[in-house]
Amino acid sequence: MSTRRFPIDWPLVSVGLLLSLYGISIVYSAGQTDVMTGVAKLWKNQLIWFCLALGAAYMMSRFSVRLLDWLTWPLYGATIAMLLLLLVIGKGAGTAASSKSWLAIGGFRIGQPAELAKITVVLALAKVLSQFKEPPRTLLELWKPAMVVGLPWLLIMKQPDLGTGIVFIGFAFAMLFWAGVAWPLLVLVASPIVSLILAFNTFYWGAWFLLLLALVLWYKPYLYEGIFLVVVNVIFGVVSQIAWEKLQPYQQKRLLVFIDPNLDRLKSGYHVIQSQVAIGSGGWFGKGFTLGTQKRLAFLPAQHTDFIFAVVGEEMGFIGVTLAIALFGLLFLRVTKIAERANDSYSSLVAFGLLASWFVHVFENMGMTLNLMPITGIPLPFFSYGGSFMLASWMAIGILLRISAEGRGGRHSHFAV
Amino acid sequence: MSWHPNDVAKRGNAASVIVAAILLFLVGGFFRSQVLNHQKYALQSETNRLRELPLPAPRGVIFDRNNKVIADNVIGYSVSVLALKEDSLRAVLQRLTGTINITNSQIEQSVRRFRRAPARPTVIIPDASFDVVSVLEEHRSQFPGLIIQSAPRRFYPDGPVVAPFVGYVGEVSEAELAKPAFAEYKAGQQVGKQGLEKEYESVLRGKEGSQFVEVDARGRIVKNGGAKEVNPVAAPDMHTNIDMDLQRFVAKIFGDSLQGGAVAIDPNTGGVLALYSAPSWDGNRFIGGIPAQYWDSLNADPRLPLYNKALQGQYPPGSTWKLATTAIALESGTVKMTDHMPVPCTGGFQYYNRYFRCWDARGHGSLDLKGAIAKSCDVYFYQLGLKLGLAKLVAGGVTIGFQSKAGIDLPEEKRPRFPASTEYFDSKYGKGRWTNSLVLSMAIGQGDNSQTILNMAKFYTALATDGKAARPQILTGKADRVQVMQLSDDQMEQVREALVGVVTSGTAAASAIKGVQLAGKTGTAQSGKFVNGKELNHGWFVGFAPADKPSIVVAVMIEFGGHGTRAAAIASKIIQAYLHVTPIVDMSVEG
Repeated sequence: MSTRRFPIDWPLVSVGLLLSLYGISIVYSAGQTDVMTGVAKLWKNQLIWFCLALGAAYMMSRFSVRLLDWLTWPLYGATIAMLLLLLVIGKGAGTAASSKSWLAIGGFRIGQPAELAKITVVLALAKVLSQFKEPPRTLLELWKPAMVVGLPWLLIMKQPDLGTGIVFIGFAFAMLFWAGVAWPLLVLVASPIVSLILAFNTFYWGAWFLLLLALVLWYKPYLYEGIFLVVVNVIFGVVSQIAWEKLQPYQQKRLLVFIDPNLDRLKSGYHVIQSQVAIGSGGWFGKGFTLGTQKRLAFLPAQHTDFIFAVVGEEMGFIGVTLAIALFGLLFLRVTKIAERANDSYSSLVAFGLLASWFVHVFENMGMTLNLMPITGIPLPFFSYGGSFMLASWMAIGILLRISAEGRGGRHSHFAV
Repeated sequence: MSWHPNDVAKRGNAASVIVAAILLFLVGGFFRSQVLNHQKYALQSETNRLRELPLPAPRGVIFDRNNKVIADNVIGYSVSVLALKEDSLRAVLQRLTGTINITNSQIEQSVRRFRRAPARPTVIIPDASFDVVSVLEEHRSQFPGLIIQSAPRRFYPDGPVVAPFVGYVGEVSEAELAKPAFAEYKAGQQVGKQGLEKEYESVLRGKEGSQFVEVDARGRIVKNGGAKEVNPVAAPDMHTNIDMDLQRFVAKIFGDSLQGGAVAIDPNTGGVLALYSAPSWDGNRFIGGIPAQYWDSLNADPRLPLYNKALQGQYPPGSTWKLATTAIALESGTVKMTDHMPVPCTGGFQYYNRYFRCWDARGHGSLDLKGAIAKSCDVYFYQLGLKLGLAKLVAGGVTIGFQSKAGIDLPEEKRPRFPASTEYFDSKYGKGRWTNSLVLSMAIGQGDNSQTILNMAKFYTALATDGKAARPQILTGKADRVQVMQLSDDQMEQVREALVGVVTSGTAAASAIKGVQLAGKTGTAQSGKFVNGKELNHGWFVGFAPADKPSIVVAVMIEFGGHGTRAAAIASKIIQAYLHVTPIVDMSVEG
């Protein structure tokens, strides 16, 4: 519509570039162990992926938001098809050796479709939520968004890929919030999950249940919804024990070790303890780039993927960690601004959904290295080694660049319905 | 309106606050670990307390066709040291020399192992004897960080009898560790080095388990992990076609004096019943490092025990190859079994300005093809070769498989030497610089033709059946047979009758077995080694029995064994042992 130059959101691009370069140099360092392994060469692959990712970001930024809007359902359909296919022919690899998360043809691993699903499901959810004239006020109104997220979520949990499942739940709640859903309703939606977790202690669960009753009485949802929620909470409280036994032993272990790593310091707790030791021994300024002993002597597990931030902690120290967190903070604030200024509700929701997806990754991954969160095998954006995720992250930046550029002109312009 | 800019800005502010708060929470977490608790973690990283102890898995047990054990596991001991630094490892090793016998090269090797995997216990003696272990246990308190583990150790109950096909296991070498194929191996682990052990390494290996132990700052184990993190998984049993009774018999008949190799195959399935190379060696002595003395004695032995004569030895097939000429000629219609050649045998054949001798200077007179096979008459085959032509003979040989490996599931097998086409002669002698006289030598199994014992046995599996050659297989599995000669049932029958003729009236007449028809062909190959001006010959015999319904093909090659009759006598004994029949007369073994 206008011939004016495409305004590039430089703050966004520079933060993305800084994070990626920081990340690639840490991938390089992760390979520098006393006994060289295949990891030593991976930084070159990561650099190649980064260049491809920049190209992908540029391409995405040329797609108008309207085109993206139009493509949302076909992309979503393709994603579901791919996830279904994965359940049949998926392969395990690396830290996710036991799950069917890799798409491979003839033994050659192409990528992890779940990484792209994180974007397409955000688009689909944004599309559904943007169609609400008023923010949903009842549970029943949420059936459509729930379906859109629930279907791919089930397929991913079936792989099983708990980490990605958590990301889906994270951005789904964030986008509901951004669509204007009132917080009591969000709490009510989340209440069965809380019940599930608290059911192990009768006292906590009882207290939660009373709180929930109070909330129901105060928020006054429809009568049947209120009853439904209370019943669901009771059921979840009861079945949690059974669900626990359904978990794979390694999943149980991870959750237990999260509560107390010393419970099992010679077995499952090993990874967390080594990661904590690596980070803690870094001190203020770290042991120096490539010089981390925990990493060099191969005490640190998955040092180039899930536990890459432990390398940052060990070698760059608290200063380096703070720098990385600050860069992520800038990224999040910038994207929040883009979501605020977006031209219409769809773009705004897409922007906020992408932000939330990154945020869950960062929080879960960093929390895991410190044992603040259970180990779920989730990568750190821009840092962890992996082509699909690098590509997906920069495609997200490309979409955000477009939304930002289209939103610039009309800060007070209309929000389309 | 929920999308009113004011509402959006409100939510944006709320989101920013939440994000900032959570990131600050993370920063706080890192501050607590890296600044407040730095001392504690720094100390832990310096003296990292957790070590992973590998728990080796037993290798797969190998059985013969009657479930007799070929390769087993017994309890052995490995001695390793947990050290934090190279210096402390050296110090421990130095002190150990006062208690047990450790050579300097062992010390250097251990240090190299430590450099490869400093976080793992360093293996000092991969296979310690019980004596060493008991001495160490006695002095245990003096050596902190010493780990004595019971580890399954490979054992071959029949030792040298099975070595030619089982091979042996040994510690993975530094050269191997550098290869990508060994990415999953760690220094000190055992790996198949030869034979079945190498061929099926990935199956036989099993899955190593591991256990975490806690050590103090000096490397002493303070707490055992108790329960194992990962239990080692034993590899599945492996079942082979080998018949241990026959294999033992073959080894016994070769004894200490004979030198050569033998292969026995079931022609209907390709199952290898026995495979032996004499003299052999004892795989049990190779485990845990070959004693230098034993290694030197094997290497110095002029009979080359480490050279597998059944799989690697390449010998001119001599007269045993006349059956290939026969099959190719019959297949192309050049000759019939009853055809005579123009020139009768008078002990030799004049071809232009060169005189080609028959092995029997007395001559065989005029023979048909059947008679020529029985008497192994060279003059007949010279003429048959000329009639056939070099191109057809070479092409037929390639089709039968004389240019390719037999395809046994053993890594040592060598490819036989045989021209791929007549272009081979063009490049060897120059285009047009060679004459048809080459075909004369080729037709009687000489010239540019060297075959392994195994490949000759494979060829005879086709003669013994319907013209399909069976790929020799040690492991039990589906038969893999390929049609290599297109002869009618009658023709196959005639060829077998001719081979029976060899044993009842021809060159191997002494090898007839009572009650069972033996069919086969002797051969003599020049060795290039002279004693007192006379060349020593290698003796061949390849044959099968019973002639009407063969169930075993045997190829025997005796190095420097003179004429093939000696090989025939041994082959016939092997067949007797397998078919459980007694001979008519004692073997007259002569040169």
